[in-house]
Amino acid sequence: MSSRRIRVLIAKPGLDGHDRGARVIARALRDAGMEVIYTGLHQTPEQIVEAAIQEDVDVVGLSILSGAHMTLIPMVTQLLRERGAGDITVIAGGIIPEKDVKALKEGGWAKEIFTPGTPLDDIVEWIRNHVKV
Amino acid sequence: MHELVKKLLAGDRRSAARLISIMENNAPEKEELLAQIYPFTGRAHVVGLTGSPGAGKSSLADALTREIRAEGQKVGIIAVDPTSPFTGGALLGDRIRMQEHATDPGVFIRSMGTRGSLGGLAQATRDAIRVLDAFGCQVILVETVGVGQSELDIMYHADTTLVVLTPHAGDHVQVIKAGIMEIADIFVINKADLGGVVQMATSIESMLDLSPRLNGWRPPVLSTVAHEHRGIRELWEAIKRHRACRRDNGAAREREKAHRELLDLVRRQLEELVARHLNARCGLVEQVATRQKDPYTAAREIMAGLLAVGEKAQLAKFARGKEE
Repeated sequence: MSSRRIRVLIAKPGLDGHDRGARVIARALRDAGMEVIYTGLHQTPEQIVEAAIQEDVDVVGLSILSGAHMTLIPMVTQLLRERGAGDITVIAGGIIPEKDVKALKEGGWAKEIFTPGTPLDDIVEWIRNHVKV
Repeated sequence: MHELVKKLLAGDRRSAARLISIMENNAPEKEELLAQIYPFTGRAHVVGLTGSPGAGKSSLADALTREIRAEGQKVGIIAVDPTSPFTGGALLGDRIRMQEHATDPGVFIRSMGTRGSLGGLAQATRDAIRVLDAFGCQVILVETVGVGQSELDIMYHADTTLVVLTPHAGDHVQVIKAGIMEIADIFVINKADLGGVVQMATSIESMLDLSPRLNGWRPPVLSTVAHEHRGIRELWEAIKRHRACRRDNGAAREREKAHRELLDLVRRQLEELVARHLNARCGLVEQVATRQKDPYTAAREIMAGLLAVGEKAQLAKFARGKEE
């Protein structure tokens, strides 16, 4: 009997020591029946992309509270494409101003961005709707 | 040969990852792919790391990887964490301790959820090991979930099993209990900077004094501090000594492993068959539930029914064979 699970990598790129949000999201996705790989703090884009490939995830979720989102998110997405893994969905969360959200989505760097106050269920729903199992 | 297998053998990481997912998900193409991979397996040395939660299995795997990489060997790591029996979800956090090797092309790390399996590993772990074996990993470290006393599946998959303990993990009686203490090829007392190591080592050694030696191997008792990389070289040397010792009776062991796996696979297929058969004869379930029939009689009737079905199928096949 075949049994596919949604696999999500939750990562914190760059110099940002605040991982409470990332852990809350990881927990919520776990409770929604997904397999969540959490890699901890201070990840480089190369580490994140390599982990995403080895773990064969459907989604990479980046948590960024440092303000470096306009650099880090495109770097991860670009690297995924270069490594032939552009089909992996990139989403992000954190303190990201509205105009940057627009730029990141329109530029194709992130499929969706969840800012503070987003109900956890919305994130779960979004992932379920965008990953074919 | 399937494209994915070709790419796996050529060292493509994405294909290796995909193939492990196919094994994990029990996808329809799994058996066909495994049949193609199987001839390329059996070369890696599989090292199991088991022990209670927080004993330092991930940190030890990380430290060992550094040691093995220094010799230029390719390393695969499979780290198993528990799946929730309530939601089916899992939080796989073993990579946190292994980030040093995240971008090393000679290291491949994969996290797995147990997905309902109770022996400390996932059901697909054996096939994931095979994928990494064919991928060219010379040493494969398999880290079990944090176990209690009797999750022993690792001993059937690993060539060398490390039981990871910490000082103060119980008194002398804990050490002589059956179960996990019996499966170690090497004992590792990690977090040895905590003190209490001598007492722990002494209890294990005196337990070993009374144990029969298997093929002349007496499990060494080593102490390590994984995050300071202390005792890791000695541990790797001990693993290599054990590998050499194992190689001498490798063929017998391979046969034993094959026998166990076949038994396991046939049993699983039979179980599915029986479950389907039972569903079709739910009247029997009802009779047992309402005390009209005892469970042993009902079980015998089910077996008889199944065997009759099997015989009929055999006869039909025989008849077909004659016609052809």
